Parts: sequence; structure tokens; C-alpha cells
Amino acid sequence: MWPICHNLRRRLESTEAIMRPQEMGSVAKQVQQLDQVVIRFAGDSGDGMQLTGDRFTQETASFGNDLSTLPNFPAEIRAPAGTLPGVSSFQLHFADHDILTPGDTPHVLVAMNPAALRANVADLEAGATIIVDTHDFTGRNLTRAGYAENPLEDGSLDRFHVHAFDLTGLTVASVKQFGLSRKDAARAKNMFSLGMLSWLYGRPVDSTRSFLEQRFANAPDIRDANLAAFNAGWNFGETTEGFAVSYQIKPAPMRSGRYRNITGNLALSYGLVAASVRSGLPLFLGAYPITPASDILHELSKHKRFGVVTFQAEDEIAGIGAALGASYGGSLGVTTTSGPGISLKSETVGLAVSLELPLVVVDVQRGGPSTGLPTKTEQADLLQAMFGRNGEAPVAIVAPQSPGDCFDAALEAARIAVTYRTPVLLLSDGYLANGSEPWLLPDVETLATIEPNFADKPNHETETGDHSFWPYQRDPQTLARAWAIPGTPGLEHRIGGLEKADGHGNISYEPANHDLMVRTRQAKIDRIADTIPALEVDDPHGDAAMLILGWGSTYGPIGSACRRLRQQGMQVAQAHLRHLNPFPSNLGEVLRAYDTVVVPEMNLGQLSLLVRAKYLVDVVSYNQVRGQPFSASELEDVFTTTLKEMHS
Amino acid sequence: MTTDVTLSGLRDMPMSEVETSRKDFTSDQEVRWCPGCGDYIILNAVQGFLPALGLKRENIVFVSGIGCSSRFPYYLDTFGMHSIHGRAPAIATGLATARPDLNVWVVTGDGDALSIGGNHLIHAMRRNVNLTILLFNNRIYGLTKGQYSPTSEPGKITKSTPAGSVDYPFNPISLALGAEASFVARTLDSDRAHLTEVLQAAVTHRGTSLIEIYQNCPIFNDGAFDVLKDKDQAEGRLVRLRHGEKVQVGDREWVHDAHNDNPSQAFEISRLDDATMAHVPIGIFRQVERPTYDDQVREQVAQARAQSGEGELAALLSGRDSWSVA
Repeated sequence: MWPICHNLRRRLESTEAIMRPQEMGSVAKQVQQLDQVVIRFAGDSGDGMQLTGDRFTQETASFGNDLSTLPNFPAEIRAPAGTLPGVSSFQLHFADHDILTPGDTPHVLVAMNPAALRANVADLEAGATIIVDTHDFTGRNLTRAGYAENPLEDGSLDRFHVHAFDLTGLTVASVKQFGLSRKDAARAKNMFSLGMLSWLYGRPVDSTRSFLEQRFANAPDIRDANLAAFNAGWNFGETTEGFAVSYQIKPAPMRSGRYRNITGNLALSYGLVAASVRSGLPLFLGAYPITPASDILHELSKHKRFGVVTFQAEDEIAGIGAALGASYGGSLGVTTTSGPGISLKSETVGLAVSLELPLVVVDVQRGGPSTGLPTKTEQADLLQAMFGRNGEAPVAIVAPQSPGDCFDAALEAARIAVTYRTPVLLLSDGYLANGSEPWLLPDVETLATIEPNFADKPNHETETGDHSFWPYQRDPQTLARAWAIPGTPGLEHRIGGLEKADGHGNISYEPANHDLMVRTRQAKIDRIADTIPALEVDDPHGDAAMLILGWGSTYGPIGSACRRLRQQGMQVAQAHLRHLNPFPSNLGEVLRAYDTVVVPEMNLGQLSLLVRAKYLVDVVSYNQVRGQPFSASELEDVFTTTLKEMHS
Repeated sequence: MTTDVTLSGLRDMPMSEVETSRKDFTSDQEVRWCPGCGDYIILNAVQGFLPALGLKRENIVFVSGIGCSSRFPYYLDTFGMHSIHGRAPAIATGLATARPDLNVWVVTGDGDALSIGGNHLIHAMRRNVNLTILLFNNRIYGLTKGQYSPTSEPGKITKSTPAGSVDYPFNPISLALGAEASFVARTLDSDRAHLTEVLQAAVTHRGTSLIEIYQNCPIFNDGAFDVLKDKDQAEGRLVRLRHGEKVQVGDREWVHDAHNDNPSQAFEISRLDDATMAHVPIGIFRQVERPTYDDQVREQVAQARAQSGEGELAALLSGRDSWSVA
């Protein structure tokens, strides 16, 4: 059985074959049913493609399709117009059924200029549709994009269905009445395109109209021009002979409940606010701006009503330092960053390990090393999170698997941090941060509660019957230390980064004590496994011989690839780790139950290294570091080949 | 001594209902500085001063970095954190912003504050977080056994500069004034009365107070400030600054204005001090009122709550564009 997207392409082809424009006449246009579509909007980074994509996504979400998105933009804010480095794109996959990824190859490319076409056309398969703004397909603009000939005329696009319109010219004409400069008028072309695509795919348009009304409330001319361009685009789609049919993608069956569309960074921010509410600890974020984590700082700075304090620090070190200071005072201290920032924060994470204070350290991973690929995704900070400190300095590590899951992962990170008085590394990545999906709203009353259990009285009695407070006296179950915050009378004490004596916590250089404290801090992290669920394996028939083990944002493409194998009658099991340190207690048992374990990662084999070292299981590592998520078809090939090799 | 707390750095901090004494602020830990270290005198002065402040002991926090001076918190029976090198101002900023009811001190040295932690120091002063920073300046790295520091004089011969230092030193007072710190003062470890007077003014100042304390390291830089302590020379070299009082240096004479919004005059005074220590101003260079970072942060939170009420989690999560699936 062919994967679904291939079916779709066949259906597109057959539709186009039947409904040639010249046969249309004035007959009302046909509506064609599709089960899924992948659209990519591409243009200059100043063309508003991210906004166009966001709005189309919102329309699609409220229509009830399942969806998954992948924004892709350059690190430069405005690279020279019309050049390849300046191309920004937004890919959206939507369907009448449950989907897991933003799609491998677009069925439809919307290209706003020659550079956008050139940068993206290689990702299309034959038969795909290209909607192109012809306005800039002229001498210099073609050269700037690297075209010697006009690709719209030289036959190089013959294997695609090309719909070529002067979208810029149409936009300028549609907003003429508002007397805008030509430049301002042309800027509404993204809304013209959005209107046209909204018609083509039968999207509800009210939310975009009210969005434009709010966004440009203070600039009536711009507001009216954008609305006019949006409406004109819709009408153009309906009347032009360039489109023979429009498409319908039915809502996907979803679990009943209330939904919203959400990106990973937004869900993560909300998870932190929820953790604050559920723990009663005020949220304190110390952060330094860094791509792709800054949106969390932006988002949390809006939620002062929840008592959230955001501190934009002078550097990454001050960001985590202030967060740790706030934690010491009884806040939920959080710092957010990306890989380079983690490097700078390492020493303070070590201090938090030694002080045994709660701290949530969010790493929205991006391509590395060094500055690397700021706007591209990677998951190569796992070993840094695990080991990137001096001394034996274990921390808990948690990773979300989808944009919406960032909410639960943030809540879980805070739970572990507060319960065990430890820093927790929360490893998101650029793909999760900016990607979005429909999210089933949780019932806030049923969210986990987090118990700070502050110490409020002495916990130690001396031989002479005196009562005192021992900050390093531990809970026998969790090994969490007693945590008394400043302001608690009678419990004054000093803590620091020097080794502390077990129990009373005063400085100690005793050899045996250091050995005990190092082992105890490790044991405390290990005991977190007592409170995390066993790893679940998705193995529908229970007889697969091959297990795919993943972590983080690879969940979507791995899951999608596994479905494709199963549709072809192959047996494959899938398991995905939320907890990277400690691992769930049953992980070794799970790994040993399969003949072959494949571990796909967007790094050179970091989880593989950890599981091989810990469980002595010779897993098969599959890796890519292209700054882009895995495609499902790539993994499908890898898994299929591995299965065949197992049987040969 | 009573303190007017209405406009002071101590506002929102609970006062003790019982009298406290030096003993209440002395921890059970053995003090481990070298014999003759200036740190002993400063510790003694602070332990003697804190009871007079009248605050609840549990609401006082000392945060330090790394270095000899940074062992300070261990010897005070308050809350305290001995953190990592240079980062105490950042940690204290988070703590003071989150907890207006705490009296937060930073104890640091010339290497800790001006070298590895220089960035955090200037930004704390720029923001004007409600902190009192004690900068022990002995012009040497003591705990690492005698390398030159960012306040060591040019040409200084140390373990790491056998041919003499070619580094140009910071003048911490000029640096603080350059960062527009709202309270900048200098005092001497040997002058307990002056130290206590400056401490009192600093801790009751709302905002960041920086006190540079010339402190003798008897092991690696002994006698660095002897000319300022020598009975015969001291009064000729020390330029005592008191707001509203006359100051005379050579044939120049002026009335000291610590409350001037413009830090230029204070900066000019800070430049009197050079390697010869012919004229060393001590006292309060600058003391001006400026909104504090932490007060304004809390004010924004309070305002958001007053305008729109406490946040409701369910409403936040659902946002404006949610939909139902039956």
C-alpha cells in the first residue's frame, strides 16, 4: 500500500486532467475531496510569509483539520531582497485524519518571487502544484535568484502544475482606493495570496478578518488595504479561470474537547505558568535573548497577572544566576536559552546541583557547535545537558515530543525540580518551538499539584536536647533535602558551593563525607525514576522484532514512518523517551526484548551512546544533522531496510 | 539608634520584636581568615552593626562570590549563600526582586567584583536593585595565593607578574559612578566608626549601595594602605566627604554635594585618588534617589493585577481562538 501522500498526488493529477481550464466556461467550479494537503508558503523574509502561514494555520485549526506546521526562516532579519539567503517559508500539513508531521514534500508551493521558487522547487515531487507571483520574474530579479532563464518560460517546470499570476499587480490594483504608496500597497500581497488560498481550500475566513482588524486598529488605511487585499484574493480564486476546482478537506475526527492551535514555545510558557499556579510558587524567569528561545521570554513577560516576574539579564550567566537567587527565595526559578547559553550557564547549574535548589533550565536546541544554525533545529545538546559540568553533577533531563507536549514536559520538569530540589534540563528544540499543532486543552483542576514542602521548624535534635535546623537532612524516600527559605524564623543557615557535611551542611573537606555526598546526590537523581511512569511501547500486534527508540521532536516523523511500515504489513515497535535522566526503570528490559533497536536522532548518536553504555545493548544509530526534522519517508526507508537486513 | 524606614532601603522588611545582640549574629563556625586579615575587623563591625538595624534576623541574607571576602556569610547567623566566582550580584538581584521583605547584602572582593564579575556589578548598579554591596579591596588575589588584581597598581610584582604588572587598574569608585550607581562610598577596614557610619547610610539607602572598603591582606599585599592608617600621614592624605560640609584639597575648597543628580562632580572627586595616594577621598561620594529596578518590577505586577485581576489559568490556556470538538 502506498503512503497516503502518494494517493493524494494521484488524486490531484486526475482532477487536473479532467478539469482543464478551457473546459470550465462559466460553469460553477467543482469541489474536489482530498484527505490531506501539504502547502508551503515561501517568499522574502520581509514578505510576511510567517504571518500568512500562521493565519492559514489558524483558519485550518478552527475548521477542525488535524495539522502540523514547520516554519523555516533565515537567521538574518532582512537578508537582501530577492536573494536565496533571504527566503523564508512556512509549511503546513493538514488532513481529515490524525497526522504527526508537517509533511515530507509539499503538494503545493506558493512562491512569491524567483528566489522563493528556486530555494524550494527541489523539494517538490513531479505533479506538485506551484502557485507563483510572476511580478518579479524579470531580468535583474531572476539573476539575483541565480536563474539564467525565466523558469516560467523555459520548460523547466513542466513536470509541475504551475499557476502563474501577477499577484503583486493584482494586489496593488485591489487596494488602489486607499491611496497607499506603491510599496505599502504591494506589501498586502501576502494577504491577497492568503485570501486566494483560503478560497482554494475552503477555509473559514472570519478569524483572519478579525485578526487584521485588531492588528491594524491604529492604522485604518493599512487595515482596510489588508482586508481589501484578502477579500480580493478570495474573489480572484473564485472567478479566475486559473483555478478549475477548489478543494475540501473534511475535519479530522478528534477526541472530544476544546482545542486550540499552539506552538511549542507557547505551550512551554503555559506549562511554566501552570507549574507556578499548581505549586503556589511565583514564577521567576531570568533570561537573555537568544534564538529560538526568546519567544518564551516574550510570552511570560505578558503574564504579570499570574505574578510572573521576567528578568532580562545582562548575559546568560546573570539570567540563570537571578533565577537561582529567586529559587533560593522560594520562587519557581526558570532560565530559558539555547545551546550557546547552556555552555555559559554550566557553572551555575553546578552550583544549583550543590545547593540542591529547584531550577528549571530550558534549552531550546538549535544547530551547533558555537553559533551554529540559530534558526534551525537539532538535538545535539543531550550530552551537554547530561555531563556538561565539572565534577559529578547529575541533573534530571526531560524532553517534550511535540509542540503541545511542551506544556506537559514543562510541568513535569517543574515537578521534579521542586520535589527533588534539583536543576532540571528541559530539552526542547527549534522544530518544536516554532512548529504548531492542535492542542486538547487540559482540565486545569486535574493537573498535577506540586508540593514545595518548605521546612518551617527545626529538624534536628542534638544530644543535649537542643533543636536546630539541618539543611542537608533528607527525606528518606526522595532524598530531597530540607528547604527553608529566608524569612523562616529560627532556621537561619548558610549554603554554598563548597562541599557540605551530610546533615548539618557546614563546610566539610572530609574524604568520606565527600564520597557520601557525591553518591547521595547521584542517588537522589536516580530515585526520580520511582515517580516516573514505565516506558510504554507501541507494538500493535506485540510481535515486532524491531524497536524504534526516540526522544524529543523526532516523535512525529518516527511515528509517521512506523505507521507507513505497518500499513505495508511490517511489524515495528515504537517507544519514545520523555525522561532522559534518569531513564524509566524498565528501559533496559524493553531494549532487550527486541532483536534490533534503531535510535534515530538529529545528532551523531548521543542517546545511542547513553543506552549502549548503560544497558550494553548494541543499538543501531541513525543520524542526520541538516538542521531540519527527519522526513517520514526517509525513516520509512531506513526502517524498511533494517527490517530486511534482519531477515536476510 | 532608630531607622526611618518609610523611604528607606529597609521598607517592607519586618522589624524584630526583640532586642538582638552581636551574639545573635555570630554563627557557630570558626573564622578562618589569616591572622591580621582586615576581614576580621569588617566582620566585627558588621556583627556589631546589625543588631542596631533592628531587622528580623531571618530576613537578612548575605550573598557572596568566591575569594577570601566571600567566606563572610558563613560567619554570620543569618541566611546566607556562598555562590560562585563573580556571580553574587546576579543571584542577589533575583533574590531581592523576588523578595522585597529581605535585606540583601553582597560581599565581594576586587577580583570577584571587578574582574570575573565586572559585568554583573555594573549592571546591578545601573539597574539600582535594592542591595548593599561590600567590596573588599585589597588589591590582590589572596585565596589563589598572590596574583595581581584589577585594582593592583601598575608595575606590581606578583607571582603572575614577576616583571611587573602592565595592567591598568580600575578605580572602583569611578567605575561605580560611571555606571550611575545611586549610592557610592569608600571607607577603611581600620576605621570602625567611619565604616559603621557608611554602612548605616548604605543599608538604609533604597537602591544599590556600593561601599568600597580598603582592606589589608597581611600575607600577599601587606601594608597596601598603611599611609592612610599612619597617624602622622593619614589626615593629610584622607579627604573626608560629608554631604553639605566643606572639603579642602590643596588650595581648592568646595561644599560636598552628594545629592547631585549629575555624577560628574563625584566622578571628578574620585579622580583625586592616584597611585601615590596623596589625596584619597573617603565617605559618601554620591547618594541620590532613583527608582529601583525591583520596586518597579513589583509595581508592574501589582498594576497588572489591579487592572485585570489575578490570572486565571483555564482562560489563559484556551486563549481567543479555541474551538470545540463534540
